[in-house]
Amino acid sequence: MSQDILNRVKKVTVEELGVKEEEVVEAASFTEDLGADSLDVVELVMAFEDEFGIDIPDEEVGEIKTVGDAVTYISKKLE
Amino acid sequence: MSFDGKVVVVTGASRGIGREIALAFSRQGANVACVATTEAGAAGTVAAIEAESGKGKAYACDVSDSASVEQLFTAIQGDLGTPAVLVNNAGINRDTLLMRMKEEDWDRVLDVNLKGAFLCIRAVSRSMMKARYGRIVNVSSVIGQTGAAGQSNYAASKAGLFGLTMSVAKELGSRGITCNAVAPGFVETDMTESLPAEMREAVISTAPAGRLGLPGDIAPAVLFLASDGAGYITGQTITVDGGLTL
Repeated sequence: MSQDILNRVKKVTVEELGVKEEEVVEAASFTEDLGADSLDVVELVMAFEDEFGIDIPDEEVGEIKTVGDAVTYISKKLE
Repeated sequence: MSFDGKVVVVTGASRGIGREIALAFSRQGANVACVATTEAGAAGTVAAIEAESGKGKAYACDVSDSASVEQLFTAIQGDLGTPAVLVNNAGINRDTLLMRMKEEDWDRVLDVNLKGAFLCIRAVSRSMMKARYGRIVNVSSVIGQTGAAGQSNYAASKAGLFGLTMSVAKELGSRGITCNAVAPGFVETDMTESLPAEMREAVISTAPAGRLGLPGDIAPAVLFLASDGAGYITGQTITVDGGLTL
């Protein structure tokens, strides 16, 4: 289940940020390593919301710093 | 200035300034999504566009209603594709002196004129951001710069558009999206029809241009700001008032 979420997070990240799949590792920070600016972060969050059918309130966006954080957050939301 | 193949959305397109803006874009090859509160109103402008061999599609929407706006832009995306240009022109007035103004009159004008622009920009942002291209033009008014007795709601909504314009320019600039405003002066439309004669005379004698504006006088500035070449102009206002406010 977690692997599936990771794969989908990777897919969305590649689509939104235009980075290579190999770069999207669990420890990668969206802003520091994958070059996302503030608008990219907003688009990424919206794309995760669409992909997983969840709502990510603004106050909780800060919890998602790395790819791994996204997987953890989304897994929790889907439980 | 060609808009060949570009999707242009114009709100308040059924009459007045909006109708002329829609026609002007269609004459430059745009595919114009004409938005009005009624299907019939929008269709009237589309008919005029098609009579000139242009391309347009009619949409009914209440821009002050967020669900209606979301549906509108989903429909436009599906029918025509990602808009290159959004012209927030829809606007109403409910004139009365402030101390007699009902809350409903305040709310309605602010909701259509200012909130409507916000809702439309929000709905179109994502696709414009993905396209890395957008031209947003907000039709404000000189009244938003000078105020007018009896128009505190209208003036506030139009002044609000300036703040919105600058903020959107700052937020979306990195994505190749510009946001500018046009401030018409007194233009002969249904909205100014009931202007008292003395006021018309005052405008005619004060404005260097020596006449009231015609609806078609506003479109050129809008088209210019929406053009490819205007990509380094953002957060600005072009006043089109025949020099009235000089």
